[in-house]
Amino acid sequence: MAGRKRDDTITADTFLEGIWRENPVFVMLLGMCPVLAVTNSVMNAIAMGVATTFVLIGSSTLVSLLRNVIPKQVRIATYIVIIATFVTIVDYIIQAISLDLYNALGAFIQLIVVNCIILGRAEAFASKNRPLKSIVSGLGMGSGFTIALLCLGSVRELLGSGTLLGFSVFGAQFEPWVVMILPPGGFFVLGGWLLLFNWLRERKARLELKEETVHAR
Amino acid sequence: MSSTAPLPAASVASSRMIQVLGGIAMLSGFLVVLTYQLTLPRIEENRQRAIERAVFQVLPGATTRRDFLVDDSGVRPASEGGSGTKVYAAYDADGKLKGIAAEAGARGYQDIVRILYGYDPACECITGFAVLQSTETPGLGDKIVKDAKFLANFPLDARLAADGRQLANAIVTVKHGSKTGAWQIDAISGATITSAAVGKGLNNSAQGLLPRLHPHIDQLKVQP
Repeated sequence: MAGRKRDDTITADTFLEGIWRENPVFVMLLGMCPVLAVTNSVMNAIAMGVATTFVLIGSSTLVSLLRNVIPKQVRIATYIVIIATFVTIVDYIIQAISLDLYNALGAFIQLIVVNCIILGRAEAFASKNRPLKSIVSGLGMGSGFTIALLCLGSVRELLGSGTLLGFSVFGAQFEPWVVMILPPGGFFVLGGWLLLFNWLRERKARLELKEETVHAR
Repeated sequence: MSSTAPLPAASVASSRMIQVLGGIAMLSGFLVVLTYQLTLPRIEENRQRAIERAVFQVLPGATTRRDFLVDDSGVRPASEGGSGTKVYAAYDADGKLKGIAAEAGARGYQDIVRILYGYDPACECITGFAVLQSTETPGLGDKIVKDAKFLANFPLDARLAADGRQLANAIVTVKHGSKTGAWQIDAISGATITSAAVGKGLNNSAQGLLPRLHPHIDQLKVQP
């Protein structure tokens, strides 16, 4: 039984997987709702990314600690309760930090509960791995998610408001592309990034194939 | 996972599932309540500060404020508790009443637009407003706080009628460029619905609040 005895070693890949090879947004296309909804400014993107990372790490830790206690039949219900707990905690913390930020993120904080990245990681990773490894992996996935949100947020804020983190970049004569901070802009920018990522991956695959054929000769 | 042998469903007793779910629910409850208790003072402080900032914004020159409740029977300090519409009386550095701020809200394009407006009893007018909560379209609906022409609608006439039971002229939002009276709000073209929401919210709140507040305005003028 290969599955029972899993590799417990933590390598750089445990962390990096979430950032590049299994990036939740650009590769797995998970959690699209917050990705499209709150990335209209860099600040919102960072806050959403950090909040999701916190929930991801918190729920991964608890799920991983309790993985041998939770009966298989009620595992999803248990995971949801655990995730909802951390979402409520993060909700209070953001309110305590800044109400403006809380209002800007709106309902999307509460909606982290249904973000499939988190339940997906609890089910596919944390429930089968030791706590430390789950934390490292959760941190990686969270960072990958945050980076993806930042990619979208910076482009949208730059084009849609002409600012970056609230500082004017193009000067007063710049006419902002309002569509970029509206929902359609989210789709345009996400499409652009996906195009770039897929092109990079295909190019890499092509180069590897070429190398193999060269070596085969 | 095909590699872990599927356990027969009956092998786990229901009592065990209940125990685990109950235990985790209790742990969750504990964590949530703990965070709530720890963050509550900060959250309250933030809320107070947000209101204070908005009150001083709509009533320029104000430096201190007191909260009151207004209902049919009159005005009393909010610290006494009870029900009624909450208003914030703001005073300048000399302790003179600068004006009264109250909340208003109406449905905008996306959701309720909640605003706080300032009322100056000296000129019987609405001096301005600040947005407390809005999810209006960025770049269009949020013009209500930036558009200079729209902000020029204020001060807005809010005189009471002779019988003192309603406004002399209901506050209405009119089409861009067709404003004729000091009680009308000239809408922003491109953000008509949000402009209308501001007008509607102000009208609803002022119609209900000012007739009740006005007979007791002297009560607010004295600062302890």
